[in-house]
Amino acid sequence: MNIKVLGPGCAKCRSLEKTVKEAVAALKLDIKVEEIKDIKEIMQYSILMTPGLVINEKVVMSGKVPSKAEVERLIMNALDTEA
Amino acid sequence: MQILTAKIKEGACQCNPTVPVHAGKEKVNRKWELMLLLGAGLAIWVLLYLSVEPAANLLTYSVLQLPADSHLGSSISFFLYEAPKVLLLLTVIVFGVGIMRSFFTPERTRQLLAGKREFAGNVLAGGLGIVTPFCSCSAVPLFIGFVETGVPLGVTFTFLIAAPMINEVAVVLLFGMFGWKIALLYVATGLFIAITAGWVIGRLKLERYVESWVFDIKIADSQVSAQHVTFEDRVQYGLNALREIVGKVWPYVLAGIAVGAVIHGYVPEGLMASFMGKDVWWAVPAAVLLGVPMYSNAAGVIPIMQALMEKGAALGTTLAFMMAVIGLSLPETIILRKVLKWQLIGVFMGVVAAGIMIIGYLFNIVL
Repeated sequence: MNIKVLGPGCAKCRSLEKTVKEAVAALKLDIKVEEIKDIKEIMQYSILMTPGLVINEKVVMSGKVPSKAEVERLIMNALDTEA
Repeated sequence: MQILTAKIKEGACQCNPTVPVHAGKEKVNRKWELMLLLGAGLAIWVLLYLSVEPAANLLTYSVLQLPADSHLGSSISFFLYEAPKVLLLLTVIVFGVGIMRSFFTPERTRQLLAGKREFAGNVLAGGLGIVTPFCSCSAVPLFIGFVETGVPLGVTFTFLIAAPMINEVAVVLLFGMFGWKIALLYVATGLFIAITAGWVIGRLKLERYVESWVFDIKIADSQVSAQHVTFEDRVQYGLNALREIVGKVWPYVLAGIAVGAVIHGYVPEGLMASFMGKDVWWAVPAAVLLGVPMYSNAAGVIPIMQALMEKGAALGTTLAFMMAVIGLSLPETIILRKVLKWQLIGVFMGVVAAGIMIIGYLFNIVL
């Protein structure tokens, strides 16, 4: 599984990064969270509002900073579809 | 629920998980519960709001025993009255607007605007700019996303101007400190400037000043699936907006009101008239030129505005200053540089600044 956080660098993007890392740690998963800051790379994912969360190359959420619980749920969902 | 389902699936067959029988009924009950809570909250809010002014006067003049026409008494009663009043207004409006915004996602706005003709598109974009959630670091993805799906350049610009400029915090504060007429005027002129500026930029056919890589990106339809949004989700959205916005902005509000209180109590009447008054012809352009490079959130600027106006600054000049500060920001411009060449940025800022100045003059003359 790969997880990417899309955001050019505003406070919300930093906040999402932190939350995602915490969620991954809480779920005891060994996944590296990639931070994509370059705008051209970000636009490869067709989001309209940053920050964005991409799991396994699919955009699962954009435009808001979810709680750690929501992020955990999104990761679990992705694990579901992987299996 | 999801995690439980995942664990069950692992061992069992791939049949559909059963939906709990009471799900539908639970949802309806929950909705009524929430509405009741909201109603109670509103009632408490009204009570608090009505008691702010008498409480402020009571505290200043009876409890603290300050003489009625002293500078200090004047300042303190101003602060004690305005601060809770503004915070209460902010709470209810930000929450309400938050709920309203849950109905409008940027994806939906983009769909609504794609391929619209110029003028109609501009008007629609202006309206949508008010209700669609927007944060300035999203300006670039938004811009690219819009342009790629066939939203005309001018229409995109109208949206980009209206969204940050017509800001619900500003509307609330204007309403609380100046009354509904001025708040409405602000929204109307903001819309007017956004629509006209966007339309003008569209007419000038400046597409060649957009960085070429923008047109090379292939934008697929947005992958974020439309989730079913329940009433509870919307309330949650409103609460999040409340925590995010009011939580961030309240120190500025208090600081701004404190400065306003000092001006109110201590600055002599008419002092501002000499450089911000109606007859000072260069005040409007000066105010706009000063305001453009500055960026502050509305909460900081508006209470100061009120105090200045009380001392003789003209409405047009002050409003122009405020719109220049809030509507155009240097950080956003720098971000937009990634997708727009300097000429287009220059035109963008120039047209908006000109629009604001015209409004400033108009108001000074008419009101």
